[in-house]
Amino acid sequence: MGVGDPFGMAITHALASGMGGIRTAGDLVARVQMSRGLKTEAAKEYVAGKLGIGVLDLANEEVMTEVRRELDLGLVYSLPGYARGLEAKRNIAGVLEIPVNCLRRLGKGT
Amino acid sequence: MKKYYVRMGDGYLEQMTREEIKAELEAGMADASEKAKIAPLSESEILHLLEIMTTEARFVSVERGREIVLTTDGVVVTGDDEPSAGIPVCRSTGVEIWERIVCADTAELGNWDYSYKAVKSVVVSEQQIMQRILINTVLPVFYGAMPNLGLYTQPDGPVPNPAELLPQGKISEARACQEEAMEYATKDMVYVAGLLYEAGADGLNFDTTGAAGDADFLATLRAVEILKDKYPEMPIMVGMAGEILLGMHGELYYKGVRLAGLPPHEQAAVVQSAGATIFGPAINTRTNRSFPWNLARALTYVKACVDAVDIPVHANVGMGVGGVPMSEIPSPDAVSRVSKAMAEIGRLDGL
Repeated sequence: MGVGDPFGMAITHALASGMGGIRTAGDLVARVQMSRGLKTEAAKEYVAGKLGIGVLDLANEEVMTEVRRELDLGLVYSLPGYARGLEAKRNIAGVLEIPVNCLRRLGKGT
Repeated sequence: MKKYYVRMGDGYLEQMTREEIKAELEAGMADASEKAKIAPLSESEILHLLEIMTTEARFVSVERGREIVLTTDGVVVTGDDEPSAGIPVCRSTGVEIWERIVCADTAELGNWDYSYKAVKSVVVSEQQIMQRILINTVLPVFYGAMPNLGLYTQPDGPVPNPAELLPQGKISEARACQEEAMEYATKDMVYVAGLLYEAGADGLNFDTTGAAGDADFLATLRAVEILKDKYPEMPIMVGMAGEILLGMHGELYYKGVRLAGLPPHEQAAVVQSAGATIFGPAINTRTNRSFPWNLARALTYVKACVDAVDIPVHANVGMGVGGVPMSEIPSPDAVSRVSKAMAEIGRLDGL
């Protein structure tokens, strides 16, 4: 929090201590933390368990790119035929077994 | 004797010996520990921090496996209507850039006028932008704004200004004004947050809570309670404005706890009891003290927060808080050290 204040520092935090966002499993761990109120360590274990990988690989781009492709959880780059946006979030909700608010509110038919 | 580059609290680049840095770390830690009556850092934690401070690299990062979740405030990348990076693209594009270029773990949509009261009149357009963002992005997206109780007092709002009444000795009148302002603020926060959640937002952020003192904080706690009652699954993040809660009213209580003067770890407990999902302590940086002094002090405070609650703790580490130097463009050498220390020593869940 608070990293939106001055120019250029948010990216410093993202690289120095962040999970890596959709490049890895950062968004997935964040979602589990938010929806289940878990501490980061517990949230990581939960996500790793659901994805069938080790906790260390959650921030491993090489492994997570393959996992995200295989489970169609959304990618940094938009490869044709792979899920994006709401479609990817529907897959995330299914794999992690967590609610994703916008699916209820925006995409009842997805 | 070998000297290492260290920043001052205002960002100025200085040099100190290892012994001088260690003395600064111990003094900063003692300041927090004594003022808040909380546990000091252990000797091994001080040595770990000293190692982070004296490493020659300009940029440092966490050990593998110690990564934490990054949350933020506002659309950081850009926005042609925001005082941010000034790149002329809309906020929804800004969030997409944030997701796929910065690769942060979460994003936030916020209005240029970053207060719930101000957003109330444009909330429908905020809902539209939120919906557009959610269609095109994968990462969790918060909606954030400030409770900002000050906006409810004259000349900006309907309530007489307590800051004018207090110097006149009208203490009870000033308290009554703050209590009236709280009612307006809670109503606005519940209204705006509810509509953004119904538009699909993944979570809500009450940012810079307590900026106008204990009444500002209580108005937010009440809003959190009402929202969690109405939307039990709504993730709510409450970030603070400063380390010690100002007692502008002085006689406000929440569940039996007097709010005026609460230190961060007690703020965390109160926020948890209101039903919030994530707590964000804000520890002010002293510009006339060194960066090591400030970081050790901030770490002592946030570590006590982590120990005090079961909910995740994401420290505020923006400009001038959490040990980050108070300068317009903070240097990555200092910011990355804050990041690493907060994750590895503070044992935080996120920043």
